[in-house]
Amino acid sequence: MFAGLDFKLTGGGALLLLGPNGSGKSSLLRLMAGLLPAYAGHLTWNGQPVADDPQAHAERVHYVGHHDAVKGVLTAQENLGVWARLHDPATAAVQARAALVRFGLGRLADVPGRMLSAGQKRRLNLARLLAAPAPVWLLDEPTTALDQRSIANLQTVLADHRADGGLVVLSTHAEIALPGATVLHMDQVGAGS
Amino acid sequence: MTRFQTLVARDLRLALRQGADSILVVGFFVITVALFPFGIGPEAGTLTRVAPGILWVTALLASMLSLDRLFQADWEDGSLELLLLTPTPLEVVVAAKVTAHWLTTGLPLLVATPVLALLLGLEPEGYMTLLTGMALGTPALSLLGAIGAALVLGARRGGVLVALLVLPLAVPVLIFGAGAVDAAVQGLDATASLEILGAILLATLLLGPVAAAAALRQALE
Repeated sequence: MFAGLDFKLTGGGALLLLGPNGSGKSSLLRLMAGLLPAYAGHLTWNGQPVADDPQAHAERVHYVGHHDAVKGVLTAQENLGVWARLHDPATAAVQARAALVRFGLGRLADVPGRMLSAGQKRRLNLARLLAAPAPVWLLDEPTTALDQRSIANLQTVLADHRADGGLVVLSTHAEIALPGATVLHMDQVGAGS
Repeated sequence: MTRFQTLVARDLRLALRQGADSILVVGFFVITVALFPFGIGPEAGTLTRVAPGILWVTALLASMLSLDRLFQADWEDGSLELLLLTPTPLEVVVAAKVTAHWLTTGLPLLVATPVLALLLGLEPEGYMTLLTGMALGTPALSLLGAIGAALVLGARRGGVLVALLVLPLAVPVLIFGAGAVDAAVQGLDATASLEILGAILLATLLLGPVAAAAALRQALE
Protein backbone atom coordinates (compact mmCIF):
# COMPACT_ATOMS: atom_id res chain seq x y z
CA MET A 1 0.00 0.00 0.00
CA PHE A 2 2.74 2.42 1.01
CA ALA A 3 6.46 2.23 1.67
CA GLY A 4 9.28 4.55 2.58
CA LEU A 5 7.34 6.29 5.34
CA ASP A 6 9.38 7.80 8.13
CA PHE A 7 8.11 10.24 10.71
CA LYS A 8 8.51 11.05 14.36
CA LEU A 9 6.18 12.89 16.71
CA THR A 10 7.12 14.57 19.96
CA GLY A 11 4.92 15.84 22.81
CA GLY A 12 2.40 18.39 21.56
CA GLY A 13 3.04 17.40 17.96
CA ALA A 14 0.50 16.63 15.30
CA LEU A 15 0.54 14.78 12.01
CA LEU A 16 -1.98 15.59 9.33
CA LEU A 17 -2.60 12.86 6.76
CA LEU A 18 -3.87 14.08 3.41
CA GLY A 19 -4.46 12.28 0.16
CA PRO A 20 -7.16 10.88 -2.09
CA ASN A 21 -9.38 7.90 -1.22
CA GLY A 22 -7.43 4.68 -1.13
CA SER A 23 -4.06 6.30 -0.58
CA GLY A 24 -3.60 4.49 2.73
CA LYS A 25 -4.58 7.08 5.35
CA SER A 26 -6.89 4.70 7.20
CA SER A 27 -4.46 1.81 6.88
CA LEU A 28 -1.68 3.89 8.39
CA LEU A 29 -3.92 4.92 11.30
CA ARG A 30 -5.06 1.32 11.87
CA LEU A 31 -1.42 0.27 11.78
CA MET A 32 -0.51 2.89 14.37
CA ALA A 33 -3.44 1.81 16.54
CA GLY A 34 -2.23 -1.78 16.46
CA LEU A 35 -5.16 -3.15 14.47
CA LEU A 36 -3.00 -4.01 11.45
CA PRO A 37 0.44 -5.61 11.43
CA ALA A 38 3.06 -3.84 9.34
CA TYR A 39 4.35 -5.81 6.36
CA ALA A 40 7.76 -4.28 6.97
CA GLY A 41 9.12 -1.56 9.22
CA HIS A 42 8.74 -0.57 12.87
CA LEU A 43 6.50 1.52 15.02
CA THR A 44 8.25 2.62 18.17
CA TRP A 45 7.33 4.52 21.31
CA ASN A 46 10.27 6.13 23.15
CA GLY A 47 12.53 3.78 21.22
CA GLN A 48 10.64 0.64 22.27
CA PRO A 49 8.87 -1.35 19.53
CA VAL A 50 5.14 -1.03 20.12
CA ALA A 51 4.52 -4.68 19.21
CA ASP A 52 6.48 -5.78 22.31
CA ASP A 53 3.75 -4.58 24.64
CA PRO A 54 0.37 -4.16 22.88
CA GLN A 55 -1.31 -3.73 26.28
CA ALA A 56 0.69 -0.62 27.15
CA HIS A 57 0.11 0.71 23.64
CA ALA A 58 -3.65 0.27 24.00
CA GLU A 59 -3.52 2.26 27.24
CA ARG A 60 -1.95 5.31 25.63
CA VAL A 61 -3.96 5.34 22.39
CA HIS A 62 -7.45 6.51 21.50
CA TYR A 63 -8.59 5.50 18.04
CA VAL A 64 -11.61 7.02 16.30
CA GLY A 65 -12.45 5.09 13.13
CA HIS A 66 -15.23 5.16 10.57
CA HIS A 67 -17.78 3.46 12.82
CA ASP A 68 -19.14 5.24 15.85
CA ALA A 69 -19.75 2.11 17.94
CA VAL A 70 -22.87 3.62 19.52
CA LYS A 71 -25.36 1.07 20.88
CA GLY A 72 -28.95 2.02 20.07
CA VAL A 73 -30.45 0.68 23.30
CA LEU A 74 -27.94 2.34 25.65
CA THR A 75 -28.17 6.02 26.54
CA ALA A 76 -25.41 8.41 25.49
CA GLN A 77 -24.08 8.45 29.05
CA GLU A 78 -24.08 4.62 29.27
CA ASN A 79 -22.42 4.25 25.88
CA LEU A 80 -19.64 6.60 26.85
CA GLY A 81 -19.35 5.24 30.40
CA VAL A 82 -18.66 1.71 29.13
CA TRP A 83 -15.83 2.83 26.83
CA ALA A 84 -14.33 5.08 29.47
CA ARG A 85 -14.34 2.36 32.15
CA LEU A 86 -12.95 -0.21 29.71
CA HIS A 87 -10.10 2.16 28.97
CA ASP A 88 -9.50 3.06 32.58
CA PRO A 89 -11.60 1.24 35.22
CA ALA A 90 -11.10 4.15 37.63
CA THR A 91 -13.02 6.61 35.41
CA ALA A 92 -15.82 8.31 37.33
CA ALA A 93 -19.22 9.02 35.84
CA VAL A 94 -18.51 12.75 36.38
CA GLN A 95 -15.67 12.59 33.87
CA ALA A 96 -17.87 11.03 31.20
CA ARG A 97 -20.52 13.64 31.95
CA ALA A 98 -18.00 16.47 31.52
CA ALA A 99 -16.85 14.99 28.22
CA LEU A 100 -20.44 14.91 26.98
CA VAL A 101 -20.91 18.56 27.94
CA ARG A 102 -17.68 19.52 26.20
CA PHE A 103 -18.99 18.01 22.96
CA GLY A 104 -22.39 19.67 23.34
CA LEU A 105 -24.25 16.49 24.34
CA GLY A 106 -24.97 17.45 27.96
CA ARG A 107 -28.73 17.61 27.43
CA LEU A 108 -28.75 14.35 25.47
CA ALA A 109 -27.01 12.28 28.17
CA ASP A 110 -30.12 10.20 28.89
CA VAL A 111 -31.23 9.83 25.29
CA PRO A 112 -30.88 6.32 23.79
CA GLY A 113 -28.25 5.99 21.08
CA ARG A 114 -30.76 5.11 18.38
CA MET A 115 -32.39 8.58 18.70
CA LEU A 116 -29.12 10.43 18.01
CA SER A 117 -28.34 11.91 14.61
CA ALA A 118 -25.21 10.94 12.67
CA GLY A 119 -23.40 14.08 13.86
CA GLN A 120 -24.42 13.50 17.47
CA LYS A 121 -23.23 9.89 17.29
CA ARG A 122 -19.91 11.12 15.93
CA ARG A 123 -19.60 13.63 18.79
CA LEU A 124 -20.44 10.87 21.28
CA ASN A 125 -17.66 8.79 19.75
CA LEU A 126 -15.25 11.74 20.01
CA ALA A 127 -16.24 12.27 23.66
CA ARG A 128 -14.31 9.06 24.44
CA LEU A 129 -11.15 11.11 23.89
CA LEU A 130 -11.88 13.20 26.97
CA ALA A 131 -13.76 10.70 29.16
CA ALA A 132 -10.63 8.62 29.79
CA PRO A 133 -7.35 10.43 29.07
CA ALA A 134 -4.73 8.95 26.74
CA PRO A 135 -1.75 10.78 25.22
CA VAL A 136 -2.08 9.55 21.62
CA TRP A 137 -5.16 10.35 19.55
CA LEU A 138 -5.53 8.62 16.19
CA LEU A 139 -8.45 10.18 14.34
CA ASP A 140 -9.64 8.83 11.00
CA GLU A 141 -11.70 11.58 9.32
CA PRO A 142 -13.16 12.78 12.63
CA THR A 143 -15.05 15.64 10.99
CA THR A 144 -17.41 13.34 9.06
CA ALA A 145 -21.04 14.38 9.70
CA LEU A 146 -19.97 17.28 11.96
CA ASP A 147 -21.33 20.81 11.47
CA GLN A 148 -19.13 23.94 11.43
CA ARG A 149 -19.61 24.64 15.13
CA SER A 150 -18.70 21.10 16.14
CA ILE A 151 -15.59 21.21 13.94
CA ALA A 152 -14.53 24.47 15.61
CA ASN A 153 -15.14 22.83 18.99
CA LEU A 154 -13.07 19.81 17.96
CA GLN A 155 -10.23 22.13 16.93
CA THR A 156 -10.22 23.66 20.43
CA VAL A 157 -10.24 20.20 22.04
CA LEU A 158 -7.32 19.14 19.82
CA ALA A 159 -5.40 22.33 20.62
CA ASP A 160 -5.94 21.82 24.38
CA HIS A 161 -4.79 18.23 24.11
CA ARG A 162 -1.60 19.27 22.33
CA ALA A 163 -1.02 22.07 24.83
CA ASP A 164 -1.03 19.36 27.51
CA GLY A 165 1.68 17.49 25.61
CA GLY A 166 -0.60 15.06 23.75
CA LEU A 167 -0.09 13.74 20.23
CA VAL A 168 -2.60 13.91 17.41
CA VAL A 169 -2.59 12.03 14.13
CA LEU A 170 -5.51 12.99 11.97
CA SER A 171 -6.66 12.16 8.46
CA THR A 172 -9.16 14.40 6.75
CA HIS A 173 -10.69 15.67 3.53
CA ALA A 174 -12.25 18.67 5.25
CA GLU A 175 -10.73 21.92 6.41
CA ILE A 176 -9.47 21.57 9.94
CA ALA A 177 -6.91 23.79 11.62
CA LEU A 178 -3.98 21.97 13.21
CA PRO A 179 -1.42 24.75 13.71
CA GLY A 180 2.16 23.59 13.33
CA ALA A 181 1.23 20.08 12.23
CA THR A 182 3.51 18.01 10.04
CA VAL A 183 1.65 17.39 6.80
CA LEU A 184 1.99 14.02 5.10
CA HIS A 185 0.64 13.70 1.56
CA MET A 186 -0.03 10.00 1.32
CA ASP A 187 -0.24 10.05 -2.48
CA GLN A 188 3.32 11.42 -2.70
CA VAL A 189 4.82 8.73 -0.45
CA GLY A 190 6.75 6.05 -2.35
CA ALA A 191 4.12 3.44 -3.17
CA GLY A 192 4.65 -0.16 -2.17
CA SER A 193 4.16 -3.05 -4.52
CA MET B 1 -15.62 -2.41 38.72
CA THR B 2 -13.01 -4.31 36.76
CA ARG B 3 -13.02 -4.24 32.98
CA PHE B 4 -14.37 -7.80 32.94
CA GLN B 5 -17.33 -6.77 35.09
CA THR B 6 -17.93 -3.63 33.04
CA LEU B 7 -18.14 -5.72 29.90
CA VAL B 8 -20.43 -8.37 31.42
CA ALA B 9 -22.71 -5.62 32.76
CA ARG B 10 -22.79 -3.96 29.34
CA ASP B 11 -23.70 -7.16 27.51
CA LEU B 12 -26.32 -8.09 30.11
CA ARG B 13 -27.86 -4.65 29.80
CA LEU B 14 -27.88 -4.90 26.00
CA ALA B 15 -29.46 -8.36 26.16
CA LEU B 16 -32.10 -7.29 28.68
CA ARG B 17 -33.10 -4.17 26.74
CA GLN B 18 -33.26 -6.01 23.43
CA GLY B 19 -34.74 -9.02 25.16
CA ALA B 20 -35.25 -11.06 22.02
CA ASP B 21 -32.42 -13.59 22.37
CA SER B 22 -33.32 -15.11 25.74
CA ILE B 23 -36.99 -15.40 24.85
CA LEU B 24 -36.15 -16.91 21.46
CA VAL B 25 -33.84 -19.53 22.95
CA VAL B 26 -36.14 -20.57 25.80
CA GLY B 27 -39.18 -20.39 23.52
CA PHE B 28 -37.54 -22.73 21.01
CA PHE B 29 -36.50 -25.11 23.80
CA VAL B 30 -39.97 -25.28 25.36
CA ILE B 31 -41.92 -25.56 22.10
CA THR B 32 -39.64 -28.17 20.53
CA VAL B 33 -39.67 -30.38 23.62
CA ALA B 34 -43.44 -29.99 23.83
CA LEU B 35 -43.72 -31.29 20.25
CA PHE B 36 -42.24 -34.70 21.10
CA PRO B 37 -45.25 -36.08 22.98
CA PHE B 38 -47.33 -35.29 19.89
CA GLY B 39 -44.86 -36.95 17.53
CA ILE B 40 -43.92 -40.00 19.58
CA GLY B 41 -47.27 -40.57 21.24
CA PRO B 42 -48.21 -40.12 24.84
CA GLU B 43 -47.24 -43.60 26.14
CA ALA B 44 -45.50 -42.76 29.36
CA GLY B 45 -42.95 -45.55 29.05
CA THR B 46 -41.59 -44.42 25.68
CA LEU B 47 -41.34 -40.76 26.59
CA THR B 48 -39.74 -41.51 29.93
CA ARG B 49 -37.14 -43.65 28.17
CA VAL B 50 -36.16 -40.98 25.60
CA ALA B 51 -36.59 -37.91 27.85
CA PRO B 52 -32.87 -37.39 28.66
CA GLY B 53 -31.91 -37.55 25.00
CA ILE B 54 -34.70 -35.19 23.90
CA LEU B 55 -33.85 -32.63 26.57
CA TRP B 56 -30.14 -32.65 25.77
CA VAL B 57 -30.47 -32.56 21.98
CA THR B 58 -33.02 -29.75 22.14
CA ALA B 59 -30.97 -27.74 24.62
CA LEU B 60 -27.99 -28.14 22.30
CA LEU B 61 -29.94 -26.88 19.29
CA ALA B 62 -31.46 -24.03 21.30
CA SER B 63 -28.07 -22.84 22.45
CA MET B 64 -26.96 -22.63 18.79
CA LEU B 65 -29.71 -20.14 17.99
CA SER B 66 -28.25 -16.93 19.33
CA LEU B 67 -24.58 -17.78 18.79
CA ASP B 68 -24.09 -15.97 15.49
CA ARG B 69 -25.02 -12.68 17.19
CA LEU B 70 -22.34 -13.11 19.86
CA PHE B 71 -19.76 -11.00 18.02
CA GLN B 72 -21.69 -9.98 14.90
CA ALA B 73 -23.49 -6.95 16.35
CA ASP B 74 -20.28 -5.55 17.86
CA TRP B 75 -18.42 -6.23 14.65
CA GLU B 76 -20.96 -4.39 12.51
CA ASP B 77 -21.02 -1.17 14.55
CA GLY B 78 -17.27 -0.96 15.13
CA SER B 79 -17.43 -1.86 18.83
CA LEU B 80 -15.32 -4.97 18.33
CA GLU B 81 -12.48 -2.89 16.93
CA LEU B 82 -12.58 -0.65 19.97
CA LEU B 83 -12.77 -3.67 22.28
CA LEU B 84 -9.60 -4.98 20.68
CA LEU B 85 -7.99 -1.60 21.34
CA THR B 86 -8.95 -1.38 25.03
CA PRO B 87 -6.13 -2.27 27.42
CA THR B 88 -7.95 -5.54 28.15
CA PRO B 89 -6.58 -8.76 26.63
CA LEU B 90 -8.96 -9.92 23.91
CA GLU B 91 -9.19 -13.29 25.71
CA VAL B 92 -10.75 -11.51 28.71
CA VAL B 93 -13.15 -9.67 26.39
CA VAL B 94 -14.23 -13.01 24.91
CA ALA B 95 -14.60 -14.57 28.37
CA ALA B 96 -16.79 -11.65 29.47
CA LYS B 97 -18.98 -11.87 26.39
CA VAL B 98 -19.38 -15.64 26.81
CA THR B 99 -20.27 -15.18 30.49
CA ALA B 100 -22.99 -12.70 29.56
CA HIS B 101 -24.16 -15.00 26.75
CA TRP B 102 -24.45 -17.94 29.13
CA LEU B 103 -26.28 -15.87 31.75
CA THR B 104 -28.85 -14.74 29.18
CA THR B 105 -29.32 -18.03 27.29
CA GLY B 106 -27.77 -21.00 29.15
CA LEU B 107 -29.16 -20.09 32.55
CA PRO B 108 -32.77 -19.68 31.29
CA LEU B 109 -32.44 -23.10 29.61
CA LEU B 110 -31.34 -24.55 32.94
CA VAL B 111 -34.36 -23.00 34.67
CA ALA B 112 -36.78 -24.33 32.06
CA THR B 113 -35.34 -27.86 32.14
CA PRO B 114 -37.09 -29.28 35.27
CA VAL B 115 -40.50 -28.19 34.00
CA LEU B 116 -39.92 -29.86 30.65
CA ALA B 117 -38.52 -32.96 32.34
CA LEU B 118 -41.79 -33.17 34.25
CA LEU B 119 -43.70 -32.86 30.97
CA LEU B 120 -41.81 -35.82 29.50
CA GLY B 121 -42.22 -37.82 32.69
CA LEU B 122 -38.56 -38.18 33.55
CA GLU B 123 -37.95 -40.52 36.48
CA PRO B 124 -37.42 -38.51 39.70
CA GLU B 125 -33.97 -40.08 40.19
CA GLY B 126 -32.75 -38.32 37.06
CA TYR B 127 -33.50 -34.71 37.98
CA MET B 128 -30.44 -33.82 40.01
CA THR B 129 -28.11 -35.46 37.50
CA LEU B 130 -29.85 -33.77 34.58
CA LEU B 131 -29.52 -30.33 36.18
CA THR B 132 -25.92 -30.86 37.27
CA GLY B 133 -25.06 -32.09 33.79
CA MET B 134 -26.77 -29.08 32.18
CA ALA B 135 -25.03 -26.70 34.57
CA LEU B 136 -21.68 -28.15 33.45
CA GLY B 137 -22.61 -28.66 29.81
CA THR B 138 -24.26 -25.39 28.78
CA PRO B 139 -21.26 -23.16 29.64
CA ALA B 140 -19.08 -25.56 27.64
CA LEU B 141 -21.50 -25.18 24.73
CA SER B 142 -21.33 -21.38 24.98
CA LEU B 143 -17.52 -21.52 24.96
CA LEU B 144 -17.39 -23.91 21.99
CA GLY B 145 -19.95 -21.70 20.29
CA ALA B 146 -17.79 -18.63 20.82
CA ILE B 147 -15.01 -20.25 18.79
CA GLY B 148 -17.47 -21.00 15.99
CA ALA B 149 -19.00 -17.52 16.14
CA ALA B 150 -15.57 -15.89 15.95
CA LEU B 151 -14.56 -18.07 13.00
CA VAL B 152 -17.60 -17.26 10.87
CA LEU B 153 -17.57 -13.55 11.69
CA GLY B 154 -18.51 -11.62 8.58
CA ALA B 155 -19.67 -14.67 6.65
CA ARG B 156 -23.09 -14.68 5.04
CA ARG B 157 -25.54 -17.15 6.66
CA GLY B 158 -23.23 -17.16 9.68
CA GLY B 159 -25.88 -18.76 11.89
CA VAL B 160 -26.08 -21.95 9.85
CA LEU B 161 -22.31 -22.13 9.53
CA VAL B 162 -21.84 -21.82 13.30
CA ALA B 163 -24.19 -24.73 13.86
CA LEU B 164 -22.34 -26.86 11.28
CA LEU B 165 -19.02 -26.05 12.91
CA VAL B 166 -20.02 -26.38 16.54
CA LEU B 167 -22.52 -29.25 16.61
CA PRO B 168 -19.92 -31.95 15.81
CA LEU B 169 -17.71 -30.56 18.57
CA ALA B 170 -20.63 -30.69 20.98
CA VAL B 171 -21.19 -34.45 20.54
CA PRO B 172 -19.13 -35.42 23.63
CA VAL B 173 -21.19 -33.06 25.78
CA LEU B 174 -24.34 -34.73 24.47
CA ILE B 175 -23.06 -38.28 25.01
CA PHE B 176 -21.95 -37.76 28.58
CA GLY B 177 -24.82 -35.43 29.46
CA ALA B 178 -27.54 -37.82 28.34
CA GLY B 179 -25.51 -40.83 29.48
CA ALA B 180 -25.30 -39.49 33.02
CA VAL B 181 -29.08 -39.11 33.27
CA ASP B 182 -29.65 -42.60 31.83
CA ALA B 183 -27.29 -44.05 34.39
CA ALA B 184 -28.95 -42.18 37.26
CA VAL B 185 -32.40 -43.31 36.17
CA GLN B 186 -31.26 -46.96 36.07
CA GLY B 187 -29.88 -46.58 39.56
CA LEU B 188 -26.24 -46.64 38.44
CA ASP B 189 -23.50 -44.24 39.44
CA ALA B 190 -23.46 -41.15 37.20
CA THR B 191 -20.42 -39.53 38.79
CA ALA B 192 -18.00 -40.64 36.08
CA SER B 193 -20.02 -39.05 33.27
CA LEU B 194 -20.48 -35.84 35.25
CA GLU B 195 -16.76 -35.71 35.95
CA ILE B 196 -16.04 -36.00 32.24
CA LEU B 197 -18.50 -33.17 31.60
CA GLY B 198 -16.60 -31.13 34.19
CA ALA B 199 -13.34 -31.95 32.43
CA ILE B 200 -14.82 -30.84 29.09
CA LEU B 201 -15.92 -27.59 30.71
CA LEU B 202 -12.42 -26.99 32.10
CA ALA B 203 -10.82 -27.70 28.74
CA THR B 204 -13.18 -25.34 26.91
CA LEU B 205 -12.65 -22.70 29.62
CA LEU B 206 -8.95 -22.77 28.85
CA LEU B 207 -9.11 -23.18 25.08
CA GLY B 208 -12.31 -21.34 24.15
CA PRO B 209 -11.30 -17.73 24.89
CA VAL B 210 -7.82 -18.20 23.42
CA ALA B 211 -9.07 -19.79 20.21
CA ALA B 212 -11.94 -17.32 19.79
CA ALA B 213 -9.63 -14.35 20.42
CA ALA B 214 -7.20 -15.62 17.78
CA ALA B 215 -10.05 -15.97 15.28
CA LEU B 216 -11.30 -12.46 16.09
CA ARG B 217 -7.85 -10.96 15.52
CA GLN B 218 -7.81 -12.58 12.09
CA ALA B 219 -11.27 -11.25 11.30
CA LEU B 220 -10.35 -7.69 12.28
CA GLU B 221 -7.14 -7.36 10.29
